[in-house]
Formats: sequence, structure tokens, C-alpha cells
Amino acid sequence: MSQKTFGDYGGQYVPEALMPALTELEDAYQRYVLENEDGFVDEFEERLRDFGGRPTPLQRADNLSERYGFDVYLKREDLVHGGAHKLNNALGQALLAKYMGKERVIAETGAGQHGTATAMACASLDLDCEIYMGRTDINRQRPNVYRMRIHGADVNPVDIGSGTLKEATNEAMRDWSRTVEDTHYVIGSVVGPHPFPTMVRDFQSVISEEAREQFRAQVGRLPEAVIACAGGGSNTMGAFHHFVDDEDVDLYAVEAGGSGLGVDNEESYAPNSASLGTGTEGVLHGARTKLLQTPEGQIVESHSVSAGLDYAGVGPELAYLVDEGRVTPVNVDDDAALNAFHRLATREGIIPALESSHALAYLEEYAEQRSAEHASGDAPRAGPVMVNVSGRGDKDLDTVIEESTERDIANAPDMEVYQ
Amino acid sequence: MSDLASAFDGEPALVSYIAAGDPSAEQTKEYVHALVEGGSDVIELGLPFSEPIAEGPTIQRAVKRALDAGMTPERYLDLVRELREEGVEVPLVCMTYYNLLLQHGQASRSDDDRASAAGCDARASPEAFVADAADAGIDGFVIPDLPVDEADDLKAACDEHGLDLVFIVAPTTTDDRLERMLSKASGFVYVQGRMGTTGARDDVSEDAHGSLDRLRKSTIPKAVGFGISAGEHAREIVAGGADGIIVGSAFVDLIAEHAADGTAAERLREKARELKDGAVAGAKETPESQST
Repeated sequence: MSQKTFGDYGGQYVPEALMPALTELEDAYQRYVLENEDGFVDEFEERLRDFGGRPTPLQRADNLSERYGFDVYLKREDLVHGGAHKLNNALGQALLAKYMGKERVIAETGAGQHGTATAMACASLDLDCEIYMGRTDINRQRPNVYRMRIHGADVNPVDIGSGTLKEATNEAMRDWSRTVEDTHYVIGSVVGPHPFPTMVRDFQSVISEEAREQFRAQVGRLPEAVIACAGGGSNTMGAFHHFVDDEDVDLYAVEAGGSGLGVDNEESYAPNSASLGTGTEGVLHGARTKLLQTPEGQIVESHSVSAGLDYAGVGPELAYLVDEGRVTPVNVDDDAALNAFHRLATREGIIPALESSHALAYLEEYAEQRSAEHASGDAPRAGPVMVNVSGRGDKDLDTVIEESTERDIANAPDMEVYQ
Repeated sequence: MSDLASAFDGEPALVSYIAAGDPSAEQTKEYVHALVEGGSDVIELGLPFSEPIAEGPTIQRAVKRALDAGMTPERYLDLVRELREEGVEVPLVCMTYYNLLLQHGQASRSDDDRASAAGCDARASPEAFVADAADAGIDGFVIPDLPVDEADDLKAACDEHGLDLVFIVAPTTTDDRLERMLSKASGFVYVQGRMGTTGARDDVSEDAHGSLDRLRKSTIPKAVGFGISAGEHAREIVAGGADGIIVGSAFVDLIAEHAADGTAAERLREKARELKDGAVAGAKETPESQST
């Protein structure tokens, strides 16, 4: 059977009404995904290729490589249909819902990327689709709301609380506890109750499966390090999974340092989303994991300039891999991410998502460490590095224009002449 | 063991829920007294959590009001102590979400300690909260995000401190799960009357009757909740074999509407009386009562 816990993390902390649905899902995951019953895996792979545009390239970033003095490779998940890795999971789960005979699919979305991917997958598979999205997120991500509507999905605004991903997830779980019999809930990350963390990881692990083969074929060796941004952690686990057993490959999960670390207990607010590096053990949205919370256990509002990383929890398997010392949690702040966004656009001709920009930003610090190793004469790390470009940044342009001006980001284009 | 189960002896029991601290701790005390005067046999006192995933809009808003007004687990335990000092004798059940139980007692440790301890030390445990709750005068727990499969730690702590752990039986609960729950449940079982979240409704769901039929052979008291808002529902549920009813949103609605005009306590007393009378009337219609 599939893995229910990772150390103490994971589990199934959900209302009793949902337990039979989780059991049913575990069974479907086992039969269709793990055992390829009825040719599920074959159909999934075919659809990922023809509809999703896989495999995605592993591209050497020539100009970044020159800047840092080592080979930087980009795993181009921004080229997946829809513009992000999110489709890998949404398509897998929507197809699974179809195999399970469910007629309706629901999902939560923060920035709108997962909602869009789910809406696309449901349109192509002819499934009814409803997306829960916080009112605040709806207001700041209007193009994505329209994209979901184009694909025929209903978007249900969530008004309570801060109106962001956390509240949207609560509301999707409430819907599911009314409708489990004909509805599948497509969770958008490696979070939630078992079997979601494992199943979503498996759908996303195509990233590292391809990358590992591509490194062997194109470079002739495995990377020295894999760097991926981490919010809930689905692109992270996807990029790491097939490298976890390769002990010589360092794994860096880059969290949103936002505008500062720590939690303001009075305001129940964290100006960051660094749950892996700074969070504490607790239970949220069905799983025991690392959380941003007050000492009393209230979940705090998190912050990141990147809506997709803005979440107070993180996948239980990632929390476990951090405790085991296999994954190194690091963080970069909002400004560093914006700088990295512009750097990749200027130097490589690729607009990264603000989420992915966090992973790219960490290259600066990582490169400093390596040059310090050279200077000290220790055996320096010499191999290539992979950064997972989890999505494209066209969706973020409004935010980037506003924030770059406000923060006076050095390498942003000067737009004053066009005012 | 607490006397939670004995609250179901004799007449059918009214279990009344309100959220502690909505809209203030002082008003909560006044409302608890009113609910007891109106005939409540058990008070289910909600400890507000920021992510109430099992609640409908009514209780979500109540929880938010309570949190905004400053309710915390520490203040909650003080409130329970004060209610006991003021002479409240009915069983008090703490209804909350699991994370608050896990964090209690860890607050004195620094964040760094907690972060490093999370992986290396023993895992977070609900024991400290259960101990303090028992000391304050709590008789049992209802934790909607803790299914029986994850409940061993809390069950052990409850056993150690003589508290009851109430499990929720859903319309979708399978027979094997029901058996596992009944083997661990004490106090009463919470029969979820319908799918979805909490909230007052205008009718009684068929789901409630189905679950009661499945539980008929079990001797543990059965209380039905989710959607009950009027004496007529109470009558029908009890006539269908329930030993008690659980009402929350109907009370919380009254608090939301009338806390400001000062009539909430009186209205709670009247609503409790209506529900209790309905339940008692229902008990006279059960097959058992008519055969004797």
C-alpha cells in the first residue's frame, strides 16, 4: 500500500464524513496509478504528451552559467501547457476522477494557476468543474478568473477571512464533505490528507524523472544540486523525487522570505511563507506538517510577493525530508525574487513565474558559497546545477510592474519615459 | 470517568453549543447560564480555531468574532473554571480542532526549540491540554478533524484524566469504521444528521434516521446534530430513536442577532426550552415508550 505517513508527518486529519472518500481514493490511486489498471498510466502519459506538451526541455542557461562560473540548467516547466507544472497534477487527478466515475470536480486555487490547470483538464475530459477562490485573490488575479471561466469552470468566491488560499482550501473541503459521493477534490499541491501528498508527488515526479534522464543523456552526469521553490511543495517534490536516493545530489527548497522572517503573534501574521525553515509541527488541512502558527496554534496569514508560495503549511513529505537532513530549506526575500525575475528575462529571454524566481534568486547565494569553497581551497563543488522553472511569469506582469517600481528594483526596466 | 453519559439518563438530553468568546467571555458565561436554565443537559463549548473546516457560515462567523475579541486556549480554560465556580454543574464538552490541543503547553518553549524539537523529539501531543482541561472542569472532547484512526494519542490522554472522547458518526461512515469508533467512544456518540457542515436547516434529514437505525443495538447514548433548529425537529429526531439532540447554529444565530440589544440570553433560554420540550415530546412517541 502507499505511504500514509512520513515519520510523524502526514496522516488523515479530516472530518469523519470524508474518510470513506479517502479510502475510495486510496484504492483508486493504488489500482489505476500504481498498477496501471485499465491502462490509466498509458492514457495519462499520452495526454501529458499530446495535450500537455511533455517532455519539457532541460536547457543550459548559457548567460547565467557564465555569470556564476558553473553550468546552470533550467528545467522548463514553464513550457507545459497552461504555463506551469500545475497541469501535471491537475490532469492526473481529473483523469483519475473520470476513471473513478465521478461526474464533478472541485479545486481550490490561490493565484489561480491550479484552478486554471484544473479547468483546462476538466474541459478536455468533459467533467464539471467548480473552483473555490478567495475574494482577495480574485481581485488580484482577474485574468486567471477569466481563464477558468473560458474553460467552462464555475469560480466560487470565498469571502470569509483574508480571502486567500487558506480560506479557499477550507471551503473546498467543506464542499467535498457535502458532495463526496459524486465529486472528486483535486488538491493542488502535495498537501492535505493521505493519499494526496503521495499521489500529487507521483503525478509531479515526471519532472525529476525526465530531468534525471536528460542529465544523463545531455550532460553525462547527474547535477550537483537541484534547486526548486517551495510553497505547498508540489513542484519541489516533483523536481526532487527521483533524485532523493542520489545522495550526491544536494536538494534545496527555496521558500518565500517575504519581507522578513518570524511570526507576529499579536497580529497573527507572518511576513513570509517559510514554513519549512521556520515553522513548527502542527495539523492543518488534513495533515500533520510544519506550519506558520502562533504559540497557541492559530494558523497565521502568510505573505509572499508570489501568490503561489503564499501558504502557511507545506507538504508533509518535504517536512520529513528537511528533518532527515536530505532537503535543505533556504529562503530569499521578495526583492531578491523580483531581481531574479528580471535577471532571467533580461539575460536568458525567459519570463519566470514569481514563484520560480525564488529558486533562481537562490543561485546568487549558492554561487557565493561555491566561490568561497574555491577560495578556501576545500574540495569545491564543480558539477552542474538544475533550477526548476516551475512556471512562466506572464501572469505576474501586473504585480511585477507595480512592485518593481515601488521597491526600486535595480535591474527592472526604466519605464518612466513612457509615462 | 466523567458523568457525560449520565446526562442522557431519564429524559432525552439537549446538548447546546456556543462558541466561547462570541462576542465576549463575559457574555458567554451569561449565555451558558441561560442555556442551562432553558433545560440544556450538556454544554458543548467551542474553543475557536482559525480554520474551522467542519463549520457552516453561522459558526465560522461566530468563531471569527470570538478570535477577534481575543479568545485563546488559556482564556478558554479560565472561562471554564469561572463557570464551575459560578455553579454550572452540567457536563462541559470542549469542541475544537486538533491543532490547538497539540500546541498547548509548548508556548513556553522558544520558537527555535520548537522548530528543532519538531523532528528530533517526541511528536507533539495533546496530553498537556487534556490535563489542564480536566483540571479546569471539562468533561470531554469533540474534535471534528480527528477521525478514529488518528485518535489514539488523545484517547490515551482522555483515559488517563478521566475524560470522554466523543466520535462523530457520519452518514458515509462504513460499518467497520462504526465498529472501531464504538470500541473507543465514551460519553455519547455524535450522530451527524446530514452531509456537509454545521448550520440550521428547515427540515430533518433522512440520513439521521439511517444512522440511528445502524446504532440501535449499541448501548452508548446517541445524540443527533447538524441542522436541528426547532422543537419540531427535536421531537422527530428523538421519536426516531435518538437519546439526545445537539444544537449549535440556531443558538449562535440568536447571539449574532441579539447580543447587541441585550435580549440574547432570554432568547437562548426560550429556544433551549422549545428544543428540550420537543425532545421530551418525542420520547413519548418512541416504540419503547408506547409498549410500556
